[in-house]
Amino acid sequence: MKLYEVFIRSKAGLHHKHAGSLHASDPQMAIQNARDVYCRRNEGVSIWVVESEHITASNPEDQEALFDPAEDKIYRHPTFYDVPDGVKHL
Amino acid sequence: MKNIDLEKRFQEKIDQEIRIEPRDWMPEKYRKTLIRQISQHAHSEVVGMLPEGNWITRAPSLRRKVALLAKVQDEAGHGLYLYSACETLGVKREDLVNDLLAGKAKYSSIFNYPTLTWADIGAIGWLVDGAAIMNQVPLCRTSYGPYARAMVRICKEESFHQRQGYEILLTLVRGSAEQKEMAQDALNRWWWPSLMMFGPSDKDSVHTAESMKWKIKRFSNDELRQKFIDMTVPQAEFLGLTVPDPDLKFNEETGHYDFGEIDWAEFWQVVKGYGQCNEERLEARNKAHDNGAWVREAADAYARKQEKRERQMSA
Repeated sequence: MKLYEVFIRSKAGLHHKHAGSLHASDPQMAIQNARDVYCRRNEGVSIWVVESEHITASNPEDQEALFDPAEDKIYRHPTFYDVPDGVKHL
Repeated sequence: MKNIDLEKRFQEKIDQEIRIEPRDWMPEKYRKTLIRQISQHAHSEVVGMLPEGNWITRAPSLRRKVALLAKVQDEAGHGLYLYSACETLGVKREDLVNDLLAGKAKYSSIFNYPTLTWADIGAIGWLVDGAAIMNQVPLCRTSYGPYARAMVRICKEESFHQRQGYEILLTLVRGSAEQKEMAQDALNRWWWPSLMMFGPSDKDSVHTAESMKWKIKRFSNDELRQKFIDMTVPQAEFLGLTVPDPDLKFNEETGHYDFGEIDWAEFWQVVKGYGQCNEERLEARNKAHDNGAWVREAADAYARKQEKRERQMSA
Protein backbone atom coordinates (compact mmCIF):
# COMPACT_ATOMS: atom_id res chain seq x y z
CA MET A 1 0.00 0.00 0.00
CA LYS A 2 1.14 3.52 -0.76
CA LEU A 3 0.62 6.71 1.19
CA TYR A 4 -1.60 9.29 -0.52
CA GLU A 5 -2.36 12.88 0.42
CA VAL A 6 -6.00 13.89 0.03
CA PHE A 7 -7.27 17.30 -1.05
CA ILE A 8 -10.97 18.15 -0.94
CA ARG A 9 -12.97 20.92 -2.55
CA SER A 10 -15.75 21.57 -0.06
CA LYS A 11 -17.98 23.37 -2.55
CA ALA A 12 -17.81 24.75 -6.07
CA GLY A 13 -15.90 27.99 -6.12
CA LEU A 14 -13.45 27.10 -3.35
CA HIS A 15 -9.92 25.72 -3.49
CA HIS A 16 -9.10 22.10 -2.84
CA LYS A 17 -7.70 21.95 0.67
CA HIS A 18 -5.49 19.33 2.29
CA ALA A 19 -7.68 17.01 4.36
CA GLY A 20 -5.22 14.34 5.47
CA SER A 21 -3.64 11.18 4.17
CA LEU A 22 -4.51 7.55 3.71
CA HIS A 23 -3.24 4.24 2.39
CA ALA A 24 -4.32 2.71 -0.92
CA SER A 25 -2.86 0.41 -3.53
CA ASP A 26 -3.77 2.58 -6.52
CA PRO A 27 -5.20 6.06 -7.23
CA GLN A 28 -8.74 4.80 -7.82
CA MET A 29 -8.76 3.07 -4.46
CA ALA A 30 -7.34 6.21 -2.90
CA ILE A 31 -10.32 8.21 -4.22
CA GLN A 32 -12.75 5.58 -2.90
CA ASN A 33 -11.06 5.54 0.50
CA ALA A 34 -10.96 9.34 0.60
CA ARG A 35 -14.71 9.38 0.03
CA ASP A 36 -15.22 6.98 2.96
CA VAL A 37 -12.65 8.51 5.30
CA TYR A 38 -12.94 12.24 4.67
CA CYS A 39 -16.41 12.81 3.14
CA ARG A 40 -18.96 11.07 5.33
CA ARG A 41 -20.88 14.29 6.00
CA ASN A 42 -21.05 16.23 2.73
CA GLU A 43 -17.56 17.65 3.21
CA GLY A 44 -16.77 17.67 -0.47
CA VAL A 45 -17.77 17.95 -4.11
CA SER A 46 -14.40 17.01 -5.55
CA ILE A 47 -11.37 14.98 -4.43
CA TRP A 48 -7.72 15.09 -5.47
CA VAL A 49 -5.30 12.40 -4.37
CA VAL A 50 -1.56 12.39 -4.91
CA GLU A 51 1.09 9.95 -3.80
CA SER A 52 2.85 11.56 -0.85
CA GLU A 53 6.29 10.82 -2.28
CA HIS A 54 5.50 13.06 -5.26
CA ILE A 55 5.19 16.14 -3.08
CA THR A 56 8.27 18.31 -2.76
CA ALA A 57 8.14 20.39 0.39
CA SER A 58 10.17 23.36 1.52
CA ASN A 59 12.61 22.70 4.31
CA PRO A 60 11.69 24.23 7.71
CA GLU A 61 15.34 25.28 8.03
CA ASP A 62 14.93 27.50 4.98
CA GLN A 63 12.02 29.30 6.56
CA GLU A 64 13.90 32.54 7.21
CA ALA A 65 15.50 32.69 3.79
CA LEU A 66 12.21 32.00 2.07
CA PHE A 67 9.76 34.05 4.04
CA ASP A 68 11.56 36.78 5.95
CA PRO A 69 12.15 38.99 2.88
CA ALA A 70 8.39 39.66 2.73
CA GLU A 71 8.29 40.84 6.32
CA ASP A 72 9.69 44.36 5.92
CA LYS A 73 7.88 45.15 2.70
CA ILE A 74 4.91 46.81 4.27
CA TYR A 75 4.58 49.03 1.20
CA ARG A 76 2.97 46.04 -0.49
CA HIS A 77 -0.11 46.57 1.65
CA PRO A 78 -2.74 49.28 1.10
CA THR A 79 -2.59 50.43 4.72
CA PHE A 80 0.98 51.73 4.10
CA TYR A 81 -0.35 54.68 2.08
CA ASP A 82 -1.81 57.87 3.49
CA VAL A 83 -5.25 58.86 2.38
CA PRO A 84 -6.57 62.19 3.69
CA ASP A 85 -9.91 62.24 5.50
CA GLY A 86 -12.71 62.98 3.14
CA VAL A 87 -11.28 61.17 0.13
CA LYS A 88 -13.68 58.38 -0.70
CA HIS A 89 -13.64 55.15 -2.71
CA LEU A 90 -9.88 54.67 -2.40
CA MET B 1 22.93 24.41 15.91
CA LYS B 2 23.55 22.64 19.21
CA ASN B 3 20.82 20.43 20.65
CA ILE B 4 20.47 22.63 23.69
CA ASP B 5 19.73 25.70 21.55
CA LEU B 6 17.32 23.75 19.38
CA GLU B 7 15.50 22.58 22.48
CA LYS B 8 15.29 26.12 23.81
CA ARG B 9 13.90 27.38 20.52
CA PHE B 10 11.44 24.48 20.44
CA GLN B 11 10.13 25.33 23.91
CA GLU B 12 9.82 29.01 22.95
CA LYS B 13 7.64 28.05 20.02
CA ILE B 14 5.47 25.92 22.28
CA ASP B 15 5.17 28.75 24.80
CA GLN B 16 4.14 31.14 22.03
CA GLU B 17 1.42 28.70 20.93
CA ILE B 18 3.14 28.07 17.60
CA ARG B 19 2.21 24.59 16.41
CA ILE B 20 4.90 22.02 15.69
CA GLU B 21 4.69 20.49 12.21
CA PRO B 22 6.10 17.16 10.97
CA ARG B 23 9.39 18.38 9.49
CA ASP B 24 10.20 20.80 12.32
CA TRP B 25 12.94 19.92 14.77
CA MET B 26 11.58 18.31 17.95
CA PRO B 27 13.14 16.57 20.95
CA GLU B 28 13.26 12.81 20.52
CA LYS B 29 11.24 12.39 23.71
CA TYR B 30 8.49 14.67 22.34
CA ARG B 31 8.31 12.53 19.20
CA LYS B 32 8.22 9.31 21.23
CA THR B 33 5.56 10.61 23.61
CA LEU B 34 3.38 11.63 20.69
CA ILE B 35 3.84 8.34 18.88
CA ARG B 36 2.81 6.51 22.04
CA GLN B 37 -0.18 8.72 22.74
CA ILE B 38 -1.50 9.02 19.18
CA SER B 39 -1.09 5.33 18.40
CA GLN B 40 -2.83 4.32 21.64
CA HIS B 41 -5.58 6.72 20.72
CA ALA B 42 -5.85 5.19 17.21
CA HIS B 43 -5.91 1.65 18.61
CA SER B 44 -8.68 2.70 21.01
CA GLU B 45 -10.83 3.90 18.14
CA VAL B 46 -10.32 0.64 16.28
CA VAL B 47 -10.88 -1.69 19.24
CA GLY B 48 -13.76 0.57 20.32
CA MET B 49 -15.74 -0.65 17.33
CA LEU B 50 -15.96 -4.15 18.82
CA PRO B 51 -18.20 -3.72 21.89
CA GLU B 52 -20.70 -1.68 19.88
CA GLY B 53 -20.47 -3.77 16.74
CA ASN B 54 -21.78 -6.56 18.95
CA TRP B 55 -25.23 -4.90 18.91
CA ILE B 56 -25.61 -3.69 15.30
CA THR B 57 -27.58 -6.72 14.16
CA ARG B 58 -29.76 -6.58 17.27
CA ALA B 59 -30.55 -2.85 17.33
CA PRO B 60 -34.22 -2.47 18.29
CA SER B 61 -35.25 -0.29 15.33
CA LEU B 62 -33.99 0.91 11.96
CA ARG B 63 -33.43 4.39 13.43
CA ARG B 64 -31.16 2.92 16.09
CA LYS B 65 -29.44 0.66 13.61
CA VAL B 66 -28.45 3.39 11.13
CA ALA B 67 -27.23 5.56 14.00
CA LEU B 68 -25.11 2.76 15.47
CA LEU B 69 -23.72 1.81 12.07
CA ALA B 70 -22.78 5.43 11.40
CA LYS B 71 -21.16 5.70 14.81
CA VAL B 72 -19.08 2.56 14.39
CA GLN B 73 -18.07 3.70 10.90
CA ASP B 74 -16.96 7.00 12.43
CA GLU B 75 -14.76 5.15 14.93
CA ALA B 76 -13.04 3.38 12.03
CA GLY B 77 -12.51 6.76 10.37
CA HIS B 78 -11.15 8.26 13.58
CA GLY B 79 -8.68 5.42 13.87
CA LEU B 80 -7.50 6.18 10.34
CA TYR B 81 -7.11 9.94 10.94
CA LEU B 82 -5.00 9.15 13.97
CA TYR B 83 -2.82 6.52 12.30
CA SER B 84 -2.17 9.11 9.56
CA ALA B 85 -1.24 11.75 12.13
CA CYS B 86 1.07 9.25 13.82
CA GLU B 87 2.76 8.35 10.55
CA THR B 88 3.85 11.97 10.10
CA LEU B 89 6.21 11.32 13.03
CA GLY B 90 8.13 8.78 10.98
CA VAL B 91 6.61 5.48 12.08
CA LYS B 92 5.11 2.90 9.76
CA ARG B 93 1.41 2.19 10.14
CA GLU B 94 2.07 -1.49 9.61
CA ASP B 95 4.34 -1.54 12.66
CA LEU B 96 1.73 0.18 14.80
CA VAL B 97 -0.98 -2.25 13.72
CA ASN B 98 1.32 -5.22 14.26
CA ASP B 99 2.07 -4.03 17.80
CA LEU B 100 -1.64 -3.91 18.51
CA LEU B 101 -2.23 -7.37 17.05
CA ALA B 102 0.69 -8.84 19.01
CA GLY B 103 -0.73 -7.42 22.26
CA LYS B 104 2.28 -5.13 22.69
CA ALA B 105 0.35 -1.86 22.35
CA LYS B 106 -2.13 -0.35 24.78
CA TYR B 107 -5.59 0.97 24.05
CA SER B 108 -8.26 2.46 26.28
CA SER B 109 -9.21 -0.06 28.97
CA ILE B 110 -12.88 0.84 28.72
CA PHE B 111 -13.20 -1.39 25.67
CA ASN B 112 -12.27 -4.43 27.70
CA TYR B 113 -15.69 -4.39 29.36
CA PRO B 114 -18.53 -6.39 27.77
CA THR B 115 -21.75 -4.97 26.28
CA LEU B 116 -24.34 -7.22 27.90
CA THR B 117 -27.59 -5.44 27.04
CA TRP B 118 -28.91 -2.87 24.58
CA ALA B 119 -28.79 -0.27 27.37
CA ASP B 120 -24.99 -0.61 27.31
CA ILE B 121 -25.01 0.98 23.86
CA GLY B 122 -26.80 3.95 25.39
CA ALA B 123 -24.36 4.09 28.30
CA ILE B 124 -21.34 3.89 26.00
CA GLY B 125 -22.55 6.76 23.82
CA TRP B 126 -23.45 8.92 26.78
CA LEU B 127 -20.60 8.14 29.20
CA VAL B 128 -17.73 6.69 27.17
CA ASP B 129 -18.05 9.11 24.28
CA GLY B 130 -18.81 11.85 26.79
CA ALA B 131 -15.55 11.16 28.62
CA ALA B 132 -13.70 10.86 25.31
CA ILE B 133 -15.01 14.26 24.19
CA MET B 134 -13.95 15.80 27.50
CA ASN B 135 -10.44 14.45 26.86
CA GLN B 136 -10.39 15.34 23.19
CA VAL B 137 -11.69 18.90 23.10
CA PRO B 138 -8.49 20.27 24.71
CA LEU B 139 -6.48 18.09 22.32
CA CYS B 140 -7.82 20.21 19.44
CA ARG B 141 -5.25 22.75 20.68
CA THR B 142 -2.46 20.28 21.32
CA SER B 143 0.97 21.47 20.22
CA TYR B 144 1.50 18.98 17.39
CA GLY B 145 -0.32 20.23 14.27
CA PRO B 146 -1.39 16.95 12.61
CA TYR B 147 -2.73 15.57 15.92
CA ALA B 148 -4.64 18.79 16.64
CA ARG B 149 -6.18 18.79 13.16
CA ALA B 150 -7.27 15.17 13.47
CA MET B 151 -8.86 15.98 16.83
CA VAL B 152 -10.87 18.88 15.39
CA ARG B 153 -12.38 16.55 12.84
CA ILE B 154 -13.02 13.85 15.44
CA CYS B 155 -14.67 16.18 17.94
CA LYS B 156 -17.00 17.54 15.28
CA GLU B 157 -18.14 14.05 14.41
CA GLU B 158 -18.37 12.74 17.92
CA SER B 159 -21.01 15.08 19.31
CA PHE B 160 -23.77 12.98 17.73
CA HIS B 161 -22.36 9.87 19.36
CA GLN B 162 -23.00 11.19 22.82
CA ARG B 163 -26.49 12.44 22.01
CA GLN B 164 -27.64 9.20 20.43
CA GLY B 165 -26.47 7.36 23.56
CA TYR B 166 -28.38 9.68 25.84
CA GLU B 167 -31.46 9.33 23.66
CA ILE B 168 -31.29 5.54 23.93
CA LEU B 169 -31.26 5.76 27.74
CA LEU B 170 -33.98 8.40 27.78
CA THR B 171 -36.20 6.09 25.76
CA LEU B 172 -35.48 3.18 28.11
CA VAL B 173 -36.18 5.11 31.33
CA ARG B 174 -39.51 6.23 29.89
CA GLY B 175 -40.39 2.62 29.04
CA SER B 176 -41.39 -0.34 31.20
CA ALA B 177 -40.00 -1.04 34.67
CA GLU B 178 -37.70 -3.68 33.18
CA GLN B 179 -36.37 -1.20 30.63
CA LYS B 180 -35.65 1.36 33.31
CA GLU B 181 -33.90 -1.27 35.35
CA MET B 182 -31.83 -2.19 32.32
CA ALA B 183 -30.75 1.46 32.00
CA GLN B 184 -29.84 1.61 35.70
CA ASP B 185 -27.85 -1.61 35.43
CA ALA B 186 -25.88 -0.19 32.48
CA LEU B 187 -25.08 2.98 34.44
CA ASN B 188 -24.00 0.83 37.41
CA ARG B 189 -21.53 -1.08 35.27
CA TRP B 190 -20.21 1.78 33.10
CA TRP B 191 -19.92 4.63 35.61
CA TRP B 192 -16.65 3.71 37.29
CA PRO B 193 -14.85 2.44 34.19
CA SER B 194 -15.81 5.75 32.49
CA LEU B 195 -14.19 7.72 35.32
CA MET B 196 -11.07 5.57 34.89
CA MET B 197 -10.86 6.67 31.24
CA PHE B 198 -9.18 9.88 32.40
CA GLY B 199 -6.21 7.83 33.51
CA PRO B 200 -4.47 7.49 36.86
CA SER B 201 -4.72 10.18 39.49
CA ASP B 202 -2.34 13.13 38.92
CA LYS B 203 -0.02 12.00 41.70
CA ASP B 204 0.47 8.64 39.93
CA SER B 205 0.54 9.89 36.36
CA VAL B 206 4.09 9.56 35.10
CA HIS B 207 3.72 11.49 31.86
CA THR B 208 1.65 14.47 32.96
CA ALA B 209 4.30 17.06 33.91
CA GLU B 210 6.30 16.77 30.70
CA SER B 211 3.21 16.55 28.51
CA MET B 212 1.89 19.74 30.09
CA LYS B 213 5.20 21.53 29.53
CA TRP B 214 5.07 20.56 25.86
CA LYS B 215 1.37 21.42 25.69
CA ILE B 216 0.51 17.98 24.40
CA LYS B 217 -1.84 17.93 27.37
CA ARG B 218 -3.52 21.06 28.67
CA PHE B 219 -5.45 19.75 31.66
CA SER B 220 -4.49 17.07 34.15
CA ASN B 221 -6.34 13.75 34.46
CA ASP B 222 -7.98 14.77 37.72
CA GLU B 223 -9.14 18.14 36.39
CA LEU B 224 -10.84 16.53 33.41
CA ARG B 225 -12.36 13.78 35.54
CA GLN B 226 -13.89 16.39 37.87
CA LYS B 227 -15.26 18.35 34.92
CA PHE B 228 -16.83 15.20 33.52
CA ILE B 229 -18.50 14.32 36.82
CA ASP B 230 -19.83 17.86 37.27
CA MET B 231 -21.30 17.76 33.79
CA THR B 232 -22.69 14.22 33.91
CA VAL B 233 -24.36 13.94 37.32
CA PRO B 234 -27.20 16.38 36.46
CA GLN B 235 -27.75 14.45 33.21
CA ALA B 236 -28.13 11.24 35.23
CA GLU B 237 -30.59 13.01 37.52
CA PHE B 238 -32.66 14.07 34.53
CA LEU B 239 -32.84 10.42 33.48
CA GLY B 240 -34.02 9.54 36.98
CA LEU B 241 -31.08 7.16 37.39
CA THR B 242 -28.83 6.79 40.43
CA VAL B 243 -25.09 7.19 40.04
CA PRO B 244 -23.55 4.15 41.79
CA ASP B 245 -21.43 6.14 44.23
CA PRO B 246 -22.71 6.55 47.82
CA ASP B 247 -20.09 9.26 48.46
CA LEU B 248 -21.19 11.43 45.54
CA LYS B 249 -22.35 14.78 46.89
CA PHE B 250 -22.41 18.35 45.64
CA ASN B 251 -19.97 20.49 47.60
CA GLU B 252 -21.42 24.02 47.99
CA GLU B 253 -18.02 25.41 48.94
CA THR B 254 -16.03 24.18 45.95
CA GLY B 255 -18.93 24.22 43.51
CA HIS B 256 -17.97 20.68 42.45
CA TYR B 257 -19.18 17.18 43.22
CA ASP B 258 -17.18 15.23 45.78
CA PHE B 259 -16.95 11.58 44.81
CA GLY B 260 -15.83 8.23 46.19
CA GLU B 261 -12.50 6.47 45.80
CA ILE B 262 -11.85 4.90 42.40
CA ASP B 263 -10.87 1.23 42.47
CA TRP B 264 -7.36 1.69 41.09
CA ALA B 265 -6.54 -1.97 41.62
CA GLU B 266 -9.22 -2.78 39.03
CA PHE B 267 -7.86 -0.09 36.73
CA TRP B 268 -4.31 -1.51 36.73
CA GLN B 269 -5.65 -5.03 36.44
CA VAL B 270 -7.40 -4.17 33.15
CA VAL B 271 -4.46 -2.10 31.87
CA LYS B 272 -2.19 -5.07 32.45
CA GLY B 273 -4.40 -7.27 30.32
CA TYR B 274 -6.57 -9.05 32.84
CA GLY B 275 -9.88 -7.32 32.14
CA GLN B 276 -13.02 -9.22 31.20
CA CYS B 277 -12.55 -8.94 27.45
CA ASN B 278 -8.86 -8.24 26.77
CA GLU B 279 -8.27 -11.61 25.14
CA GLU B 280 -11.52 -11.58 23.21
CA ARG B 281 -10.79 -8.12 21.75
CA LEU B 282 -7.34 -9.08 20.57
CA GLU B 283 -8.62 -12.31 19.10
CA ALA B 284 -11.33 -10.43 17.21
CA ARG B 285 -8.82 -7.90 15.83
CA ASN B 286 -6.43 -10.65 14.74
CA LYS B 287 -9.22 -12.59 13.10
CA ALA B 288 -10.42 -9.52 11.19
CA HIS B 289 -6.86 -8.73 10.11
CA ASP B 290 -6.17 -12.30 8.94
CA ASN B 291 -9.51 -12.63 7.17
CA GLY B 292 -8.85 -9.38 5.34
CA ALA B 293 -5.41 -10.45 4.10
CA TRP B 294 -6.71 -11.64 0.73
CA VAL B 295 -8.32 -8.24 0.10
CA ARG B 296 -5.03 -6.44 0.67
CA GLU B 297 -3.19 -8.94 -1.52
CA ALA B 298 -5.78 -8.69 -4.29
CA ALA B 299 -5.67 -4.87 -4.22
CA ASP B 300 -1.88 -4.91 -4.53
CA ALA B 301 -1.97 -7.48 -7.33
CA TYR B 302 -4.53 -5.35 -9.19
CA ALA B 303 -2.41 -2.23 -8.77
CA ARG B 304 0.65 -4.04 -10.13
CA LYS B 305 -1.36 -5.29 -13.11
CA GLN B 306 -2.66 -1.80 -13.86
CA GLU B 307 0.83 -0.33 -13.67
CA LYS B 308 2.18 -2.99 -16.01
CA ARG B 309 -0.64 -2.38 -18.46
CA GLU B 310 0.02 1.36 -18.43
CA ARG B 311 3.71 0.79 -19.09
CA GLN B 312 2.88 -1.46 -22.06
CA MET B 313 0.44 1.11 -23.46
CA SER B 314 2.99 3.92 -23.29
CA ALA B 315 5.81 1.76 -24.67
